[in-house]
Amino acid sequence: MEPVLSLQNIGFCYGQQRALAGIDLRLMDGEILGIIGPNGSGKSTLLNLMGGLLTPTDGTVSLRGRPLSELSRPELARDVAMVAQENYFRFAFTALEVVLMGRYPRLKRLQFEGRKDIDAAMHALDVTQAADLADRPIHELSGGERQRVLIARALAQEPRVMLLDEPTSFLDLKFKREIFRLIAALSRDTGLTVALVSHDIDLAAMYCSRLVMLKQGAVYTTGLPGDVVTAEHIGAVYECPVLVDTNPATGRPRTSLV
Amino acid sequence: MISRHAHAIVTPGRVVVICMIMGAVLALTMTVALVAGTADVSFSHIIGIITGSLPHDDPLRLIVLKIRLPRIILAGIAGFSLALGGVVFQAILRNPLADPFILGVSSGSAFGAVLAIFFGLGFSFGVPVCSFAGALLTIYLVMSLGAKRMGMESSTILLTGVIINAFFTAVIMFFISVSADERLHSMLFWLYGDLSRSRIGQLGFIAPIVLAVFLWLYSLSKELNIITTGDDIAAQLGVNVGAVKKTCLVLVSLLMGLVVAFSGLIGFVGLIVPHLARMALRADHRMLIPVASLGGAIFLIAADTLARTLVSPGELPVGVVTAFMGAPFFILLLRKRGGQWSRS
Repeated sequence: MEPVLSLQNIGFCYGQQRALAGIDLRLMDGEILGIIGPNGSGKSTLLNLMGGLLTPTDGTVSLRGRPLSELSRPELARDVAMVAQENYFRFAFTALEVVLMGRYPRLKRLQFEGRKDIDAAMHALDVTQAADLADRPIHELSGGERQRVLIARALAQEPRVMLLDEPTSFLDLKFKREIFRLIAALSRDTGLTVALVSHDIDLAAMYCSRLVMLKQGAVYTTGLPGDVVTAEHIGAVYECPVLVDTNPATGRPRTSLV
Repeated sequence: MISRHAHAIVTPGRVVVICMIMGAVLALTMTVALVAGTADVSFSHIIGIITGSLPHDDPLRLIVLKIRLPRIILAGIAGFSLALGGVVFQAILRNPLADPFILGVSSGSAFGAVLAIFFGLGFSFGVPVCSFAGALLTIYLVMSLGAKRMGMESSTILLTGVIINAFFTAVIMFFISVSADERLHSMLFWLYGDLSRSRIGQLGFIAPIVLAVFLWLYSLSKELNIITTGDDIAAQLGVNVGAVKKTCLVLVSLLMGLVVAFSGLIGFVGLIVPHLARMALRADHRMLIPVASLGGAIFLIAADTLARTLVSPGELPVGVVTAFMGAPFFILLLRKRGGQWSRS
């Protein structure tokens, strides 16, 4: 099977500072890939390379066999959507207006959004169960509602791949669960391919079909959650002793600090 | 189910309708401004001038056409530009309280102008050129010091602007302190906004530039919308964030250089007007840019009419009037809205 996104021998430097080296990674159709690792291990950098926001210093990232460097930004944005970690809502856009921004790569230079775009945006809001928020100002929404709207914006791009950077940071337990369930449902129902960065090992292990664990800018290990999340791996990568057992409700690995 | 009810989003039709309403208010304001003043001009005179029934050498006709009309048009263009610059700066800096004053562009161009007045250069050529050079110098400094990285992080730019602003203000004070008495009055008066020097010839020069800059900035309004929600997401959606921001900075500097050169420092227009426009029409720049610009024109024509009638036959600098109106307005707003600036 041909991967949707493939990274071959990727390296990346911020100036003199090497952030990633020798990354080989394939994102397969319909999977949910969780990128985990300690602070500064290069998770967000890796995600930004996959989304074409950064250009690798070495190696190539390809979307269905075509190097990202050969694709225009709008072309890429029609296939790959991102939900960024940093969002600003200082101005009173409605949720619908924010979602309509996702139509930008499909519009001509000075074109206004038409019926088709509004339908696509409303459909996206529907899928993320945020349709009743459409006319609410975005800055009045709660953290969880806002994250739904941002995922809807990414969906309005009608992408095949969605990249999410820490989609549940700043959210409380209930919203964390809701957002991960939403992502899992999207992947299951629409075949959307997902890669996400997460600080929360347990949640990532629970909802992702595969994990990749980074250590100091390199892949430490990758595989099924049960194979990646072990006391030995986490001890070595996070430099922190943990106890790993199996969550009886999900059958997925569960970590506890010791 | 996809809901089918009409959503409050911006469409070309809505933009045109609102702009036509604003245009009508602008025309009304201009008419009132033409009638108001020390010389007793009535509406029937204005109609007489328009229809040509008033004799060509009538002194009132000269007052209206040679003195009041150019001044009103200049006030309109200056207000239009200030509000336009305000809206755009607020968007790229993601700060509803940013305006060209905060980035130091206005004081930079005022520095150029004060220098020109100090050395006795004329108001028709020397002052505008120096003032525009001052604006460009400032934006170059802000961009090379504060925005070295392509990302152009907003807080760095803002901080650099504040520092440059403080510096140029000090330099201006220096020149005022050491300048000869006979130039002091014209320097000070100009510094607080002076629309009385306007000539028809200048307007023919400024208007096309302002119009071109407006159209260019308007063509970027969709990009500005997305940039206000974050640079990364904008880049991911295909917006060339660095290029859009740089284009905006340079175009707004050009605008500010022009406005300061021909009308001095006029504060608060770039803050109040975009703010009111956002309160009434929310955040979409495809609506906001034209509406705030027209609103700026209306506001400054009204303020200048007050400036030349309040202490008639004397005259106030229009910047004093806008500040008198602007500062209390902002304090009220701040109290009423508890510091929440972006509510619809």
